[in-house]
Amino acid sequence: MNWQAVRTIYHHEMSRFFRTTWQSLASPVLSTVLYFVVFGAAIGGRIQSVEGVAYGAFIVPGLMMLTVLQQSVSNASFGIFFPKFSGTVYEFLVAPTGWIEVTMGFVGAAASKAMLIAVVILLTSFFFVGVHIAHPFWMAAFLIMTAISFSLLGFIIGLWARNFEQLQIVPLMVITPLVFLGGAFYSASMLPPFWEAVAKLNPVLYLISGFRWSFFDIADVPVKVSLLAVSVMLVICLFLIRQIFATGWRLRE
Amino acid sequence: MPPIIEIEHVTKQYDSGTRALDDISLDIRDGEILALLGPNGAGKTTLISTICGQVRMTGGRVLVGGHDIRTDWRAARKLIGLVPQEISLEPFEKVIDCVRFTRGLYGMPPDDAYLEQVLRSLALWDKRDARTRELSGGMKRRVMIAKALAHRPRVLFLDEPTAGVDVALRREMWDVVRDLRNQGVTIILTTHYLEEAEEMADRIGVIRKGRLLLVEPTEKLMGEFGRKRLTVQLSTPLPALTPELQELGVALSPDGMELGFDYDTRAERTGIARLLGEIVALGIPVRDLATKQSSLEEVFISLVEETA
Repeated sequence: MNWQAVRTIYHHEMSRFFRTTWQSLASPVLSTVLYFVVFGAAIGGRIQSVEGVAYGAFIVPGLMMLTVLQQSVSNASFGIFFPKFSGTVYEFLVAPTGWIEVTMGFVGAAASKAMLIAVVILLTSFFFVGVHIAHPFWMAAFLIMTAISFSLLGFIIGLWARNFEQLQIVPLMVITPLVFLGGAFYSASMLPPFWEAVAKLNPVLYLISGFRWSFFDIADVPVKVSLLAVSVMLVICLFLIRQIFATGWRLRE
Repeated sequence: MPPIIEIEHVTKQYDSGTRALDDISLDIRDGEILALLGPNGAGKTTLISTICGQVRMTGGRVLVGGHDIRTDWRAARKLIGLVPQEISLEPFEKVIDCVRFTRGLYGMPPDDAYLEQVLRSLALWDKRDARTRELSGGMKRRVMIAKALAHRPRVLFLDEPTAGVDVALRREMWDVVRDLRNQGVTIILTTHYLEEAEEMADRIGVIRKGRLLLVEPTEKLMGEFGRKRLTVQLSTPLPALTPELQELGVALSPDGMELGFDYDTRAERTGIARLLGEIVALGIPVRDLATKQSSLEEVFISLVEETA
């Protein structure tokens, strides 16, 4: 195991983030404030509470998840796509680094960035609403597992993408709708039974539900199912990445 | 001393059926400069890419420093530095960070003193904080070499190191390569500039259609396959070639002051003695004689034609 390579890729990716700290943090914080204004103040004025939790507080885990998912996917996909774009990806193929080191470096950095932004959003939310975290350990566990799983997914997208359009199409057309329809701003139980059943086909619902449970002790689906969902996604993504590196698909072209 | 690289019956066949490498066997000696020559699509880059790990061979075996590139790939790759044909650098990265990054990828702990030495030897130290996009083409190419040297490799592969660069820069690059060889680095380069191989290489390997046609010391190759031109300068102009000289294939310069005669150094009879005899017999006054070795380009063409 080439740990020095993991550290090198991780630091390289993180330094990109810190080079543009202001842009990296300002954009998600601004979006969060807007969500609080629109959803918390405007809609929250009409919805007093959801399952006993003030609406403003209820959307905090959903907002954090929304950001973690988007940031994980975009950071990881861009992280590996850029060396492909600039041609420097050959270095990963000729250096004494295996798929696991390359993945750990890029995915670790993407997940770290996403979690950092999520924490900033949580801190921002304290200015708007009172948020109590019922299960801090599980909150951290869900946050880490989700960030890693979606960074792995983003990494796959970055490996697959041949151009910037492809790089953006999946986050835009798949991830964002799944998050919005995954109960970020509402509880699945608020939907009519048919749509509640449909919503439960959305894997993101399980992540948001589990994450929300760690805050408020309420969940749309059993917590174990949420944990299982995120674990399954993690394993599938790892398997796919291993296969991509083993076959050289879109890497050795 | 055992070879630094042992290539044994290496074959690469693509799914389409194309055979890019066909049973190539070659030992590369520690500390030598080996030039791989061949036309486009001959398999030079495929061979380099296979040894470096970018392309997977379908058959055969390669050992680098005694390490099998398939079963002991980490140890093998640590010994290798690669400068690909295309300049690939992250445009916003500083030169020093590029070099540090590559060193880290090879599992080496930071060593800025060594990297300073590398950058200085490539005249890049003053540019260490410059972003790569701000550099000239020649400097970018030197950054690529610095990256390849960042982990102290024992073998350096240079794929067309001077493709598309001007003559001055090409000579500068040759100096860099010679310096590296003097430091004990084994160098394998592919090139289209045959003059480059002739100028620098200790041995030359010729590849065509995935097959290694031969590997010979540069001088031997030149001696064996070289054609020479004998130029006879005359004291007074010769109005026209005599039938005897025409029969020998001699050419006369437009001003009538020079006779040119091409001959094969490998031939049993070069024809020189006969030519000189004719000149004396015809009483043509001679001022000077000169011979010139033909370029490797001509050597190469004759070799490829012979084996076609």
